[in-house]
Amino acid sequence: MDVTLKIKRFDPEAADPESFWQDFTVAIEENGTVLDALIKVREDHDGTFSLRCSCRSSICGSCAMRINGHAGLACKTQASDAIKDGVITVEPAGNMTVIKDLVVNFDSFWDKINQIEPYLKPEGPEPEAEYIASNESMLHLSSVTSCIMCGSCVSDCTVMEVDPTFLGPAALAKAYRFTADPRDGDAEGVSKDRLEELTKPSGMWDCTRCMECVTACPKGVAPMDRIMALRDQAIEAGFTNTNGARHTEAFSDSVEHSGWLDELRLVPKSVGMTNVSALVGYAPIAIQALTHGKMPSIIHKKLPQSENVRKIFDKVEGPEERPRKHN
Amino acid sequence: MLEHDVLVIGAGLAGMRAAIAARAGGANTAIMSKVHPVRSHSNAAQGGINAALTDRGDEWEDHAYDTIKGSDFLGDQDAIEVMCKAAGQALIDMEHFGVTFNRDDEGKLGTRAFGGQRRARTFFVGDFTGQALLHVMFEQLIKSGVRRYEEWFVSSLIIEDGQVCGVMALEIRTGQVYAIRAKTVIFCTGGFGRVFEPSTNALICTGDGTALAYNAGAELMDMEMVQYHPTTLAGSGVLISEAARGEGAHLLDKDGSRFMEKYAPNMMELASRDVVSRAEQTEINAGNGVNDCVYLDCRHLGEALIMEKLSQIREIGIDLVGCDMITDLIPIRPGMHYAMGGIRTNVDGQTNLPGVYAAGECACVSVHGGNRLGANSLLDTIVFGERSGNHAAEAARSVNYMEFNVDQAVRNEEKRIQELLDRPQNGDRIAAVRLGMGESMNRNLAVYRNEEGMQETLGDLTELEKRYETVPVENKGRIFNTDLVFALELGFMLDNATPIAMSALDRKDSRGAQARTDYPDRDDENWMKHLVIKKGEVGPELSYAPVSITQWTPEERKY
Repeated sequence: MDVTLKIKRFDPEAADPESFWQDFTVAIEENGTVLDALIKVREDHDGTFSLRCSCRSSICGSCAMRINGHAGLACKTQASDAIKDGVITVEPAGNMTVIKDLVVNFDSFWDKINQIEPYLKPEGPEPEAEYIASNESMLHLSSVTSCIMCGSCVSDCTVMEVDPTFLGPAALAKAYRFTADPRDGDAEGVSKDRLEELTKPSGMWDCTRCMECVTACPKGVAPMDRIMALRDQAIEAGFTNTNGARHTEAFSDSVEHSGWLDELRLVPKSVGMTNVSALVGYAPIAIQALTHGKMPSIIHKKLPQSENVRKIFDKVEGPEERPRKHN
Repeated sequence: MLEHDVLVIGAGLAGMRAAIAARAGGANTAIMSKVHPVRSHSNAAQGGINAALTDRGDEWEDHAYDTIKGSDFLGDQDAIEVMCKAAGQALIDMEHFGVTFNRDDEGKLGTRAFGGQRRARTFFVGDFTGQALLHVMFEQLIKSGVRRYEEWFVSSLIIEDGQVCGVMALEIRTGQVYAIRAKTVIFCTGGFGRVFEPSTNALICTGDGTALAYNAGAELMDMEMVQYHPTTLAGSGVLISEAARGEGAHLLDKDGSRFMEKYAPNMMELASRDVVSRAEQTEINAGNGVNDCVYLDCRHLGEALIMEKLSQIREIGIDLVGCDMITDLIPIRPGMHYAMGGIRTNVDGQTNLPGVYAAGECACVSVHGGNRLGANSLLDTIVFGERSGNHAAEAARSVNYMEFNVDQAVRNEEKRIQELLDRPQNGDRIAAVRLGMGESMNRNLAVYRNEEGMQETLGDLTELEKRYETVPVENKGRIFNTDLVFALELGFMLDNATPIAMSALDRKDSRGAQARTDYPDRDDENWMKHLVIKKGEVGPELSYAPVSITQWTPEERKY
């Protein structure tokens, strides 16, 4: 079948290096992938076109790019599924600078992976044979170690777009792979040092839960879910003196006791009641809210049936449902 | 000046293991790869890694015997002993590094059955064992502090007075050429799969190290032994793991009958790969297949098992051929998969060139002989990667850097590359030359071979080499010029192709992966020997080397 690709090109050595769109129509097999089509372009039409690709089977992580505006692996995307209004639009992955055509610079990606000290750090002595661990714990970890570092999640992370210092979904999921490993950290498998580090600004509490990384991930790693699990682990390990942990607690307290969110008190409770400088920093937003009629009421009333909400909390907080360390 | 005691070329499992070992041995170590380490092809090993653990009642001798039998008695028994004895510790090391191996009910490492082995000794992480190992090895590489040259392409090996001096390399991101001085060089560049079309191999598997070493005078061995894997997808040739059969999947012909009964009544679908691939090809040739394929049937394994242990290959089936193995048969056929042969080494990775080492798929120790057992390749990379790294670090202590004219070397390499870029358009394309080579190799050096076909391919190769001399590079730029990289890779692939075809033509018997219709029997009297090929004054020179036999007498192979 014939497919038309609209490719975002960039030649850093051109007299006027600016990106531009170029269309190619190529013939591929019926069940061909977007990568098959891109390889056709490179091999049969335009040898100056550069992209990274290698395994063709979603395991090497080389061919992450934006297809029709969303990140994914070209080799895992059926061309026929990707045709929108007659064309497949292909751009380099986002949140990384472009080197040439679809090739982006991964330096910032790997810098963040390095920041989390990405190797097992057991505190005790190694056993002579293997560590004894449950199959469930390993299957749970394998659902994270199946990350192929393709950068799709980073490409589409909306926080990294505005804050390049954010560790981001790939590095945080990688961090969870260690904090959730019964072999990492102390004898109980708690990785306290890692969790403390990750609660700092640019870490686990900076995710806005937009879900883009979960949608983009081609391997089902669901980075955002791992970040949420990191937060649970951090609170459980006693790292509650952070804006994020306080925010979570204030949020849930308010809903538990009144049935709905007390937005006015959420801010001071999150940054700390005595943290005057931070509170002053919020003054402009408060004034804006006030002038736009968005200021929440000072009196926060309980909802009539808030007892029912409380019952839900009792039910949920009874048994531990969220993913924890398995030993 | 960039200089290192130990310079490892290639950053898959063997390369990273070698670099970590060399660094631990105190050497100034660097690793250089044309792709980022985690993009390496070790990723694609799906099924597992073999080891005989004594606390499971297994013995290294049993593993060795299965390997030797699998090799059709062409594997060197002394080397196989080294590998199988080291397997247990290598496996435990990887577990301690952090690999998330599946466990048994007691929380110990779990096993699955694999082809050609009488007991389950394959340790695994779902169906992505290679990726799991590769990423953990990269974690250890980061921890070790080895200097990494990522996306650097080695274009030549520099040898003066028979001693290695270093390499010339192209930094792909900038297009700059560098000379890197090294006391020892370890090639861990993987296989030459792309010499064939189709192949399960990644697009980067172009036999670079084999060609670099061969061109510098290294001996290659067992080059005729090319493994065709029994379960590859039509079209792309992408791999469906042996783990499927290990977990109990069947092979069916067009009428739904399990044809392996005729070929391997005891081991059935878990006979060695060469045996299963020949059985499939025989059935396909007899008209018992469908569209040149037979079927892999996983349906009876059940959704739960498939989702726990085979989920990634299920996805591949859905993504690439639209078949869900939970409910559908998967059309598969034998496809080029692995090079048993490569740069001839001893058990410490040393080649015939002083200071030059090789490990992993690009090397030939020979532990795989005529046919590699599934899940022995990951083991090979780790055991011989580590041994090479150890030996090279030790050797580097007692030698000095060889002097060579660096500026001259850089100028020469620059000139060579500029000449490639300056070639005029002539209507030919790099991809067309590669396809011509790949299709000819796959036509005549596949599961069944004969003299006429191989002669035809040798003729094709001569033609293709001529075309290669003038094929133009369309991209004239320097920054991330993949067109230039392909041109250099194509040269390396052609350097591999001729030794493969010449060795196969020379071996006049059928053994392991080499099945000749004109010499259908194994002939131990005349051909129980390795074929060694070396670049001579006028062309490739063939010679023979004995097979090491320690305690297992060659016998007829039955599964």
